[in-house]
Amino acid sequence: MSSTNGKSDKPIINGKIDRFFLNFYNIFDFIRRLVREAVRPPIEWGEFIRQCYQVGYKSLALVTVTGFITGVVFTEQSRPTLSEFGVTAWLPSLVAIAVVRALAPLIAALICAGKVGSSIGAELASMKVTEQIDAMEVSAINPFRYLVVTRVIAMTVCLPILMFYNALIGCMGSYFDVHAHEQTSLVAFFDNAFAQITFLDYTTALTKSIVYGFTIGVVSCYQGFNATQGTLGVGKAANISVVVSMFLIFIEEVIIVHIFNSIR
Amino acid sequence: MAEGTHYIDKNEEVIKIRGLYKSFGDKHVLRGVDLDLFKGENLAVLGRSGTGKSVLIKIIIGLLQPDAGSVIVLGEDVNQLSYPALRALRLKVGFSFQSSALYDSMTVGENLAFPLRRNNRSMTKSQISKTVNTVLEAIGLPETINQLPAELSGGQKKRIGIGRTLILRPEIMLYDEPTSGLDPITSTELNNLIVNVRERFNTSSIVITHDLTCAKAVADRVAVMEEGKFLKIGTFDEVFSTQEGLIKSFYDYNFTQ
Repeated sequence: MSSTNGKSDKPIINGKIDRFFLNFYNIFDFIRRLVREAVRPPIEWGEFIRQCYQVGYKSLALVTVTGFITGVVFTEQSRPTLSEFGVTAWLPSLVAIAVVRALAPLIAALICAGKVGSSIGAELASMKVTEQIDAMEVSAINPFRYLVVTRVIAMTVCLPILMFYNALIGCMGSYFDVHAHEQTSLVAFFDNAFAQITFLDYTTALTKSIVYGFTIGVVSCYQGFNATQGTLGVGKAANISVVVSMFLIFIEEVIIVHIFNSIR
Repeated sequence: MAEGTHYIDKNEEVIKIRGLYKSFGDKHVLRGVDLDLFKGENLAVLGRSGTGKSVLIKIIIGLLQPDAGSVIVLGEDVNQLSYPALRALRLKVGFSFQSSALYDSMTVGENLAFPLRRNNRSMTKSQISKTVNTVLEAIGLPETINQLPAELSGGQKKRIGIGRTLILRPEIMLYDEPTSGLDPITSTELNNLIVNVRERFNTSSIVITHDLTCAKAVADRVAVMEEGKFLKIGTFDEVFSTQEGLIKSFYDYNFTQ
């Protein structure tokens, strides 16, 4: 329920600090509600599938292009150094390790934060300021379940798929470059590439993309769902969704890498 | 007020408000509002912009929470209800937004079918389609079924907004500024629609407006609001027979000028 309580008259510590902690509490409350609503049946399958189409299918072209270019560029940039030591044969495994461990999760997440995060933020904010979310409330429809839960789950499910797809396309890009210079066959390239990838690498990549997907979903839905200030608020929600998502993704990257490296 | 076959039961209050207060920061919007809406009655709440009229009906539907006071709707205290219970109550209370608030990614037909589909999961597609067509006929816009909200005029949007609430067969209708921004002819059509809705769907209504023509056409009683309180409640003639400054100037502005 979008309730407004106007009782807060004087700041407890300082206006800005109060707002910071209040925001922190609101986000925590938002996530708590998200978890509670997500596990309660019935599941909104129709809207979930529609969101998967928006998040996943509609991002495929961008993920394909960026993945391919990343593979080609990374291979081109690595070749001179490796050839100095006469180990250009290591190119496939070097690229595969870099792509699976770091590049694919990050690139897929940043693309989704920019493309999907901003779109979710703007769409929900626009619905909020034009009272469409209130219209759902008064029609006895739970807008949180319908709009937020479906979008966050779709992001969390689709980002790992996009990430693995991005990694595969990155390796393909690398293969074309390696094939052009070293005449390696596709089978030999992929044998070599995946020989060095461990189960832990896949687990790390999967964990990262799940965390990033959840983060983008929560941040953009939170910004959109709590937008104010009319059309100005719509632009602001879209902008903040992207900036905060990207910032958090980099922080999470550092934390997850440290955790998995300590296991390795 | 247009004559009809309706019956007002003065022994049954469908909405009962007592001592309602609401503030936003330092701005005190409602300052002790008491109000009764009887079964079958149309009540117009009049007042200048910013006097708390819309806040009042948003509290009735549970979109806002009051700082103090009680709101009893169909025998249930809105502020004490759990979220599922509040949603169940909202099925019986229709809310027509000032901005219409149509879902702009859906066609008119989908806008109307959406609340029905969500709240009656056992209904078949043909049943939903039949109900949508019936409501579109009732509001006089059957030809718009495949149009998007962006393709509609202001008056059509308002009608579709009303239709979307009617599709759930509410017992109470809350209209927020139904005629604002409309030309006089479209306003008259909308006033007639509000009267017809009561006749056809047996609703009780609160109409928030600053349009006296609308209030006179649709309401059995009017309540004039100023600075978060009701100055006077009664029939249109009772209220506007007064020479009291603010009420008189409100009347003069609407009818004399």
